[in-house]
Amino acid sequence: MRSDRTGEDAPGELVGTHTVRFPGGYTRSTGPVIGRFLTELRDGRLVGVRTAAGRVLFPPVEYDPGDGAPLPDPPEFPEVGPGGTVRTWCWVGAPRPAHPLDHPFAWAAVRLDGADTAVLHALDFGPDAPADRPPARLRTGLRVRARLRPEDERTGSITDIRCFRPEVDRIIDDRRLDYTVRADAALTRYLEAQLHGRILGSRTRGGRVHVPLRDLDPVDGTPMAGEVELPGTGVLTTFSVNHVPDPRAPEVPFVTGYVRLDGADVDLLALISGVEPEKVHAGMRVRAEWLPPDERTRTRPSIRWFVPDQGAGAEEGPR
Amino acid sequence: MSAPDIAVVGYAARIHPEGTAVSEAGLVHTAVTGALDDAGLDRTGIGFTVSGSLDYLSGTPFSFVGALDAIGAWPPISESHVEMDAAWALYEAWLRLRHGDIGTALVYGFGKATQGSLPEVLARQLDPYHLAPLGVDAVSLAALQARAVLDAGRTDEAGLAAIAARSGRPAPGGGEDPPPLPLLPGHTARPADGAAAVVLAAGDTARRLAAEHGTVPVWIRGLDQRIDGHSPAGRDLARCPSAERAAAGAGLPGAPVDLAELHTRHPHEEVLLREALGLGPEVPVNPSGGPLAADPVMATGLIRIGEAARRIADGTARRAAAHAAQGPCLQHNLVAVLEGGAR
Repeated sequence: MRSDRTGEDAPGELVGTHTVRFPGGYTRSTGPVIGRFLTELRDGRLVGVRTAAGRVLFPPVEYDPGDGAPLPDPPEFPEVGPGGTVRTWCWVGAPRPAHPLDHPFAWAAVRLDGADTAVLHALDFGPDAPADRPPARLRTGLRVRARLRPEDERTGSITDIRCFRPEVDRIIDDRRLDYTVRADAALTRYLEAQLHGRILGSRTRGGRVHVPLRDLDPVDGTPMAGEVELPGTGVLTTFSVNHVPDPRAPEVPFVTGYVRLDGADVDLLALISGVEPEKVHAGMRVRAEWLPPDERTRTRPSIRWFVPDQGAGAEEGPR
Repeated sequence: MSAPDIAVVGYAARIHPEGTAVSEAGLVHTAVTGALDDAGLDRTGIGFTVSGSLDYLSGTPFSFVGALDAIGAWPPISESHVEMDAAWALYEAWLRLRHGDIGTALVYGFGKATQGSLPEVLARQLDPYHLAPLGVDAVSLAALQARAVLDAGRTDEAGLAAIAARSGRPAPGGGEDPPPLPLLPGHTARPADGAAAVVLAAGDTARRLAAEHGTVPVWIRGLDQRIDGHSPAGRDLARCPSAERAAAGAGLPGAPVDLAELHTRHPHEEVLLREALGLGPEVPVNPSGGPLAADPVMATGLIRIGEAARRIADGTARRAAAHAAQGPCLQHNLVAVLEGGAR
């Protein structure tokens, strides 16, 4: 590259602005083919045009874009769409002022049903679409449909199609059911003991220890022989990684697992925390982490979850 | 009589990445003076002058006429202009020199792309019926093509990031709009102000100028330009047939090159163009840094030819490919094959 020479004197600070805009707008004639297309569009119909080779162009142009051949005379304008398929797309997280939507959206090339070419247009996923990533269902091949402006807003412009929207392929069922559960005597005693940081189980007449506390031996239906207190430590025997939020674990993914408390003969179902889900493994030593006393209630377990138990001496949960 | 061989005998460029208050004529003056010095010519030694620019960059009609102040156009010179990247001005100069009646031509391109909003300015070249009313901008169209390239399996996100990383592009600044996905910040060329000039010479004139400088002429062995259909929605964006045909017309297939300078304003375009031009992974692309590093719009394509020629003139390469593009989604492509040698 050459160094500066004459003609590039030190720049000054004088700055102004100007605008290029044709007063009243620039008038363009449409011709018979695009004019027909825009007229039909204003009246709510999507029409393409058939080339001499039989391909349907949408949007119509006055010649075959493949080889420049003229259209048949008179041309045929078959109706296409309103459904179509996304051929390619990009995700606009930060719309520019000139863009047709002011929330995140996609630009998409859409091939309407019955057409052999695609039209470029905006693809709307609603005002809550995320800015930082495209919606998971936005893929090449997505089925979409044109959304026209209301009849009295249409003027004969490509923007008479307000946008495209995904075809309806799902509904969301968000109904809920609410229950009131009355705890039996064993469950009441189990939960009340947890208020004081104690974990209660039952011993069968054969000596097997069950936890939580229960009245009957599930093996033979006989009454339990007595109560046992168990430590808050044990071994994780198996687990699963959950990707659907739960009221007790709103952050996903979370881990649920079976904990065999030291001294117990059956597993206790529990949340596992304090460890990356991919580092959880069966056989891991865990210990109970208790809610602070002022957050404990009679109606829920007071163990928040189990966490990895690193210390060899950390056998006892807080009382 | 056969048409003479044409060579690049002079080149200079001046780029202002952050913009400049210098006028278009001032930018052109610097580049033209530099290229003429490089060639060992003065303004009176030029047989034909042609420029490429875009009035919409400054929003001033006939702004290219004002730039003639830097040329020395009186008494009247033989002069022309294309409203295209100056690589196409070079194409016109090359055609003009092939007539054989003049020995030299001056080509220059210039623009001050920082004065307006380039994505919207470039959108003014779109089909006024089907595309322009949508408000779709040039970066969005490039992102559509990037998606098509990814969907077709031509590369992946990591491949795009690697191309962007070695382009020499400055880190995205706070004032830069994030491009539509799958493009990422840093995946778009940053518009710059600037100008570039190339001096061409024919046959014996090229040989004489090179001998006077103790260098070799950089011959244009092939030059072709082709165009695809306009609508980005109407063609397969995962291919670039016009670039393939331009490369074939320029004689690139089967004749290996040591490097290529490609007009790639986004990383996926390198993937497409390597394929279209038949450039294997062993061919370095854009050793100059390329348009991602510096994009003085309307001179950027001409700079590809100048930078390729410079690397042949200094002995870095023996044969090189240079490419220029314009229009949405690499619609219009020009390919030159350059070669050093005494002939």
